[in-house]
Amino acid sequence: MKMPPIHISLKAENIFYLLGIPVSNSMITTWLVMVFLISLSLITYTRLSLIPGYLQIALELLVGGLYSLFKEILEEKIDKFFPFIITLFIFIIFVNWSGILPGIGTIGVTEHKEFIPLFRAGTADLNMTLALATLTIFYVQYAGLQSLGIVYLKKFFDITNPLNFIIGILELISEISRIISFTFRLFGNIFAGEVLLTVIAFLMPVLAPIPFLGLELFVGFIQALVFSMLAAVFFALAVTHAEY
Amino acid sequence: MPDEGLKAIATAISIAVGVVGPGIGIGLLAAKGLEAIGRNPEAESKIRTNMILAIAFTEALAIYALVIALILKFT
Repeated sequence: MKMPPIHISLKAENIFYLLGIPVSNSMITTWLVMVFLISLSLITYTRLSLIPGYLQIALELLVGGLYSLFKEILEEKIDKFFPFIITLFIFIIFVNWSGILPGIGTIGVTEHKEFIPLFRAGTADLNMTLALATLTIFYVQYAGLQSLGIVYLKKFFDITNPLNFIIGILELISEISRIISFTFRLFGNIFAGEVLLTVIAFLMPVLAPIPFLGLELFVGFIQALVFSMLAAVFFALAVTHAEY
Repeated sequence: MPDEGLKAIATAISIAVGVVGPGIGIGLLAAKGLEAIGRNPEAESKIRTNMILAIAFTEALAIYALVIALILKFT
């Protein structure tokens, strides 16, 4: 008996074209997650009350817990950057978790004898993680410029002596390498999880994937935490004066 | 040697060499974390959280090697 081949694709497949822009399967999943998050927050917002319901308690616990966690890193700058950081956290964690829902990666269409899944975890697409990383690093630069003014640029372009000039170039390179490491950390973890789940389900479809599903839930949470925590550390570094 | 074979060897080497360092790193982290818990059991939850965070950073290095291996394998 010949086994069907495992479907693993490094890049997200295009499903259809919207005004000439290709729409990939990971974009569809991301949009669904966005709809879910927006409606969740709208529902909670309209029903805010002094005596909270279960939903409000759960969300207050989430936001409050993260606020005290990031307060240790950002200290008095917390109120400026917290909205951005918690948006990153909540968005990334739900996009990560969307990949282990049943049907994601298994429901699809067969085209030219090739299986194309209709849904795919958003962060298992390199474009998505690259966009998030670029956004974060550019906002870090903007925040540094805004709080320190032109002095911030001295970190990169310092012509007082040759050594400082070389250090400035190294700083510039390290900013770019931050984008790359952000991108590949998130993409690699989530994509590796997808591959692991696919292979395990292929080897032994019954019962065996359950512990790995738990592992993927944990990895999705940890990666969202790591991403937002690193972003918070970079913000804290950028808005404080360099001390020698 | 045919291209397929070279590709398979490159995939195997990239992941095999790439996980050595992070393996040692995670071992050291866990050892020190457990040592710290043994010395100060009251701080267990705080130590565990920080240990898992540090492990996630170390693991990312192995993930970079894995990404390279996957790119070699599936493109």
